[in-house]
Amino acid sequence: MLDYIRANRREVIAAVVLLVLLSLYLGTHPRGASTYVMTIWANQCLILGLAAIAQFFAVVVRGIDLSVGAVIALTNTLASHLLDGSAGAIGFGVLAVLAAGALCGLLNGLIIVFGRIQPIVVTLATASIFVGGALMLRPTPGGAVNYDLADAITLDIAGIPTALIISGLLIFAFWLPFRRTGLGLGLYALGSSEQAAFQSGINTRLVRIAAFTLAGLFGGAAGLYYSFVTTTGDAGIAANFTLNSIAAVVLGGVLLRGGVGSLIGALAGAFILKTIASLMFFSGIPSLAQPLFEGLILAAAIAIGGADVLRTRNRLEVFGR
Amino acid sequence: MCRRTTWKNPMTDPDKPLLRMQDISMHFGATKALNNVDFACKPSEIHAILGENGAGKSTLMKLISGVLQPTGGRIILDGQDVRLATPRVAQNLGLVCMFQELSLVPDLTVRENLLLGAPGSGLGWLRSDALVKARDVLDRIDGGHIKMSARVSDLTLPSRQQVEIAKALMRKPRLLILDEATSALNASVVTKVFDLIRAERDQGSSVLFISHRFHEIEALADRISVFRNGERVETFDNGDHSYNEIINMMVGQRIDELFPPKPPARADAKEVLKVENFSWDGRVTDISLTVHEGEIVGLGGLDGQGQGAFLMGLFGLLRTAEGKVTVAGKPVSVTSPKAAKQPDIALAFIPEDRKTEGLIQDQSILENLQLAAIGLKDLDASNPDLYQDTLERLELKHGGLELPVSSLSGGNQQKVVLAKWLALKPRCLLLADPTRGIDVKTKTQIYSMLRRLADQGTAILLLSTDYEELIQLCDETHIFYAGRLVSSMRGDDMTAQNIIAASLNVTEKRKVVHA
Amino acid sequence: MSRTITPDSMMPYFGTVVLILAGSLYFPQILTFDYLSQQLQIAAFLGLLATGATIVILLGHIDLSVPWVLTGAAILSTALVGSGNPVLSALAVPAALAFGALIGVVNGIGVAILRIPSMVWTLAVNSILLGLAVLNTGGFNPKGEASQLMVSMASGNVFGLPVSFLTWMAVSLAIVAFLTRTPFGRYLRSIGYNEKATFLSGVSTPSVVFAAFALAGMCSALGGVLLAGYANQAYQSMGDPFLLPTIAAVVIGGTSILGGRGGLFGTIGGALFITLLTSILSVMQIGDAWRSIVFGVIILAMLLFQAMRKGARS
Repeated sequence: MLDYIRANRREVIAAVVLLVLLSLYLGTHPRGASTYVMTIWANQCLILGLAAIAQFFAVVVRGIDLSVGAVIALTNTLASHLLDGSAGAIGFGVLAVLAAGALCGLLNGLIIVFGRIQPIVVTLATASIFVGGALMLRPTPGGAVNYDLADAITLDIAGIPTALIISGLLIFAFWLPFRRTGLGLGLYALGSSEQAAFQSGINTRLVRIAAFTLAGLFGGAAGLYYSFVTTTGDAGIAANFTLNSIAAVVLGGVLLRGGVGSLIGALAGAFILKTIASLMFFSGIPSLAQPLFEGLILAAAIAIGGADVLRTRNRLEVFGR
Repeated sequence: MCRRTTWKNPMTDPDKPLLRMQDISMHFGATKALNNVDFACKPSEIHAILGENGAGKSTLMKLISGVLQPTGGRIILDGQDVRLATPRVAQNLGLVCMFQELSLVPDLTVRENLLLGAPGSGLGWLRSDALVKARDVLDRIDGGHIKMSARVSDLTLPSRQQVEIAKALMRKPRLLILDEATSALNASVVTKVFDLIRAERDQGSSVLFISHRFHEIEALADRISVFRNGERVETFDNGDHSYNEIINMMVGQRIDELFPPKPPARADAKEVLKVENFSWDGRVTDISLTVHEGEIVGLGGLDGQGQGAFLMGLFGLLRTAEGKVTVAGKPVSVTSPKAAKQPDIALAFIPEDRKTEGLIQDQSILENLQLAAIGLKDLDASNPDLYQDTLERLELKHGGLELPVSSLSGGNQQKVVLAKWLALKPRCLLLADPTRGIDVKTKTQIYSMLRRLADQGTAILLLSTDYEELIQLCDETHIFYAGRLVSSMRGDDMTAQNIIAASLNVTEKRKVVHA
Repeated sequence: MSRTITPDSMMPYFGTVVLILAGSLYFPQILTFDYLSQQLQIAAFLGLLATGATIVILLGHIDLSVPWVLTGAAILSTALVGSGNPVLSALAVPAALAFGALIGVVNGIGVAILRIPSMVWTLAVNSILLGLAVLNTGGFNPKGEASQLMVSMASGNVFGLPVSFLTWMAVSLAIVAFLTRTPFGRYLRSIGYNEKATFLSGVSTPSVVFAAFALAGMCSALGGVLLAGYANQAYQSMGDPFLLPTIAAVVIGGTSILGGRGGLFGTIGGALFITLLTSILSVMQIGDAWRSIVFGVIILAMLLFQAMRKGARS
């Protein structure tokens, strides 16, 4: 057990912080730990959680995806056109939205691998293209999403917020099995040491393309879930999501140098970030001071993560590998 | 993919090569790493490849293992042309390489590393049945203590090499390539690794073996091929040529003396570096030693006994280091490399990893040469004379100082590191295993350079894992064990036996008790 | 400077010429002095930001605090001028520059001492600055105005050339001189390639990182001062639209996002190209959507072209 905690200490720390923050939040919220409060909280968390997962897949292979927000905007505006009508049409719409996200990610991956350009630069450019697409689909916010479906996915099942159930499914039905596949292992190998992965017989190109496609797919999922929560399409949401997704993965213990961290950590990081924001809302801090406190807390959290550098006794160790 | 279709053919003709490289060339721009090489490896043989750094050995191995594709020529396996586009293709054909630069992923566990790219697992579900073989191999080479759940970055270098060996063998190679595979392992483990390699051969596999340790090759190889300057000089059976003949084949010219003669000790030699009660973080304890003018003082011991940390500490790389350091009679406090290189202290440190710590690979040779001198007062870093003397003495081979330093071979890169620091005319030179993995000729050049510097009054502290170096080059040797200085010897006391005994911290007395 | 004039860094200049010529086929007014001079004036805002970004990117880092350093400097300088006090008013520009340098040092502490990845730390610093601005201005557009100096720096002309452009060139030349005449430039690139080896060569790498981020902060602040002079006011989020074009300008100017390789010469071309591209796209009166797409595609095409040239060489 101790070994397990030590090996996964980043996730464990993130989970503990999240629990503390959540109890604080539920404690200070005027309506307490009701299903209603939990549901609203969980919905907000899951949107950013999916965005953070998207970012995680790019970061774990030592990349970064600056188009996460743009993919979310594009898929959200697409969803605002496709998620209404007959059950069949909606089903098709859901698949089309996810496929659009995956396609965006695939495009990123192909350009990165075959164009041999740094991911940060590629996704900077494609983000502009995806945002353009989103603006084309929705020049101004609007559109509609089927309310029955939206309710089903954003409310609760037997008192448990659906968003939490989805999060659980992501961890237990997707991530833990995925981690035991060659692709799951390959992602980490590629991010930790590309040379070693290649020499071990890993198809590094394929794995990198897969990583960015997964990033796109989860960006699409975030866009989809955002549509269910807001029931509108808005092309202007890109920038915030990109930056918050980076902050979330870092808070969740995912290292930007690649090869370290997990989907669980990314999810936890996103939940922490959103909980802080919600906590602030009910904490009695004047609303004008809230952005400052959010920024300070983010900086403090990141700085604490970096503080163990000050304890290293060997000055060379701080340079990493 | 049809894997190993011809593998189990019992009619294998022992003289028909398993693998043939025909007319193989590998050019990197203007550099010809391999030039029209013919090379063949028979089934069931251990074939040693010898050559100086830059002779083309590693390039040859990379071609066979699919890391690189030749710019010309044919690779023929079992009489059929093959194209080894990636390591995966090569591995599926049974060509498995254990690389000099470790191919383990630091952030993954031992178990995950063994499974990574293992036969039978693509990108889908992982199968762990192959781990049984890996565990067995590990246990047989003294790797029983290595846990499957340990992260590779937490393992010591020798343990990592053991995992590498297990990883290679569990892929059931037909042709196993070992590129400096045992460089960090101690003698008893190496013996066990050799037993395994022989067993592989006896079961029909072939082994290509690269090593700089002659006694290893003598003990293991059936046949030997010598490479020089990207060409194969000769292939012969082990024992057909003497050690000296082989050396001369490798170097292309005679080397009479590997080590320069030691001058007699000077009675009036002044103390240049004096360390008293140096300790750090429980990993280095209470080290005191003195280096006089004209002396080369060796630091020996098994890997990681604190001797490396001690050198780093002197150069200001360790926080919370305690003890008194005196340079040329003045007590100094070195808190950073920048402080260490200032003229009033004038220390220089040649780090162990020249590739990533000693040099900036993407910058030119000249820029690397200047990096330590630039910004120092009273020194004009742009003056080429600062470096010229060292470069000429060490005979740096280069195609222009403006070329990236990465275009140089390992030995030549080390020469650049030395020249960069010698430009500062250091009072005391700290060297961390400067000749590891370097060819014989460069070694002799570095040895005579160090001796010359010592004669001129530079104090030299040389960490080495090669006890020949300690015996033949050093005037005094200190042996580290578990962070302490357990033995100091001079003159005739410096014998291989004494050094090894001290390294293992067995005293003569205890030996008697055991006997 | 000669070392930084590479084919990669020439490309945006070539692209700029192509844009002007191709654009003038449809809109002859592009070839007028007035239009081009106006482009130089506007390019200076982006160019100053990109100058700072180049230094940080050469170091192997990135500065995402550009938007709110810019906005903060604009708010600070216009507030000082708006106070009506002549002393404070005169201090507006130096105070803004000092503010930029201070934030740069804060960035440097996180990156060099706490070893936090710059992408994350500067992002956090950016959000703190945003918070400070919101708290300070109450979420409304800040009060205050630009001083005469700021207005003429942003909109004045000397010998027919915009002062903002001349300011940008002067800053660029000063920094190029600093990079080439002092060890700083060598240290900067060396750290960008390999920080550990640079440290082991006896370089105080943290001081270099501090200096680089401080310089970059001052460039961003100067950009903010000029933009405030141009608009004669500061406004919330005025820096946000500049972040990505700034990075794009540096990168298409041939500076490697990984650090070490590249230089200011290419960045100047990059800023000119991106400014002109944005301007021509809006002259063509195509919608936001297409403008965004075309912008992305052209940046991507230039990156691919660079990469292909590199691939063909090796």
